Amino acid sequence: MNNLALTNSIRFIFLVLIQALILNNINFMGYINPYIYILFILLYPIKNNRMLFLFLSFLLGLTLDLFLDSGGVHAAASVTIAYIRPLFLKFSFGTSYAHQTIKFSNTEFGQRFSYLALLILIHHLILFNLEIFAISQLLLIAKKTLFSGLFTLFLCLIIQSLFSKTTS
Amino acid sequence: MQQLFNFFIRNKTFLFYVLLLSIAIFFTIQSHSYHKSKFINSANFLTGGIYESVNNIEHYFHLKEENNALLEENNRLKSLIYNKRQALEIDTISMPKYTLTPALVTKNSYTAKQNYLTLNKGERDGVFEDQGVITSNGIVGIIDNTSNGYSRVISILNTTSQINAKLKKSNHIGILKWDGKSPFVAQLTDIQGLAKIKIGDTVTTSGNSNTFPKDILIGTLKDFKLSPTEDSYIINVQLSNDMTNLGHVHIIENLDIDELNSLESNE
Repeated sequence: MNNLALTNSIRFIFLVLIQALILNNINFMGYINPYIYILFILLYPIKNNRMLFLFLSFLLGLTLDLFLDSGGVHAAASVTIAYIRPLFLKFSFGTSYAHQTIKFSNTEFGQRFSYLALLILIHHLILFNLEIFAISQLLLIAKKTLFSGLFTLFLCLIIQSLFSKTTS
Repeated sequence: MQQLFNFFIRNKTFLFYVLLLSIAIFFTIQSHSYHKSKFINSANFLTGGIYESVNNIEHYFHLKEENNALLEENNRLKSLIYNKRQALEIDTISMPKYTLTPALVTKNSYTAKQNYLTLNKGERDGVFEDQGVITSNGIVGIIDNTSNGYSRVISILNTTSQINAKLKKSNHIGILKWDGKSPFVAQLTDIQGLAKIKIGDTVTTSGNSNTFPKDILIGTLKDFKLSPTEDSYIINVQLSNDMTNLGHVHIIENLDIDELNSLESNE
C-alpha cells in the first residue's frame, strides 16, 4: 500500500513537470498539444478511496492551471473524468472489473483503447469548451479536441506499453 | 433531519464532486475577466521558481540570437546618440519620466485565448501591477500580477487585453485588441471612418494611458475594412514583435503614476 502511494506521488510530480515544461511547448501546427498528465487519473488504482481520488485529480488539474495560467479549466476537466471513471471502467472492462484486480497491461488492447480514447475525448471536450468559452467557436473547439485528443491518445498508448511491467 | 444527513452521506461523493467542479468553474470564469485571476497564476514562488530554473538552462540555446538582437539595438541607439547629440543634451536636463527594468521571459504562451507571460522580476525589483512591458521591437503587454520575485504579464495576445494605440501618421486613436486567431496579427478598432489610411502604415502606442510612453512601435497595417455601421475601421495589424519568440524584455515604470492617478481620481 505504501509502495502504491509512493508510486502515485512520483507519477503525479513527474507528469506535472513533463506537461508544464515540455509538452505545452510543442504547439504542433500552431495549436496541437498533448495532455498526458491525465494518465495519472486513468491509471490510478481501481480499488481506491473515491473522495481522495477526486481530490487528487482536482489538485492535479489545479497545479497545471497554476503553471499554465488557465484559470480552472484543467481542474474542472480532471475532476470530471475522475468522477465518471467507474462508468467507463465498467463499459470497457465488463461489470466484474471491481472484483478482480485488473492490471492494465494484462487487458486486451481493444478494451484498453476504448477506455483511454473515451476518457481522453471527454476530458479534452470539457477542457477546450471551458478554455475557449464561446459557442461561436464550436468548429475550433472540435478541431482542437480531435487533433489534441489523437495526439494524447497516441502518446498515452506508447507510454503505457513502455512503462508497463511485462508479465508473461 | 435524520433523512437529510442520510442523503448527504449517501451522496457524499457526488456532492464533493460538485463542490470541486464549482470551485474550478469559479476560477475559470474569474480568469475570463480582466484583472480578476488573483489566486491561480504563475507568478508565485513555486511555479515561478521552477520556470526560472528551467529557463536558466534553456537560455543557453538562444545566446547567439539574443546577442545579435542586443547588438542591433545597441547599434541603433548609438546612431541615435551620434545624430542627435544636441537634442539629447537638452533632454537630459528635464527630469526622466520613465524608468526601464530589464527582465527575462521565463514562460511564454501564444496558443490559448488568454495568453500570459511570466517574468523573473517582481516586487523587490520595483515591478508592480499596470506597468508596461516592451522589447526593442515593440510592445508585449501589461503586468497584471506580481509576487516578491516574479510577475505575470497579460500579453497583447489575450482576448481581454485592450491597449490604447494610434496611427503614427495621422494621430487617429483606437484600441488594440486580439481576436484569438493568429499570434502575429492583432486588431485595431475604433479608428474613425474618416481617417485616410493605407496598407503599411505604422501603428504605435498613443501615450493616452499612463502605462506606455508615446510612440512605441506596435506594428504595421496589414489590411482593413469598414465596420458594418461604416463609422469606424476594423484594422488588422501585423505585429512588429515576434510574440512566439521572446527573451529579454523591458518593464516600463511611469514615475509620475501616483501623481497622475490622484489627479484623475479627483475628477
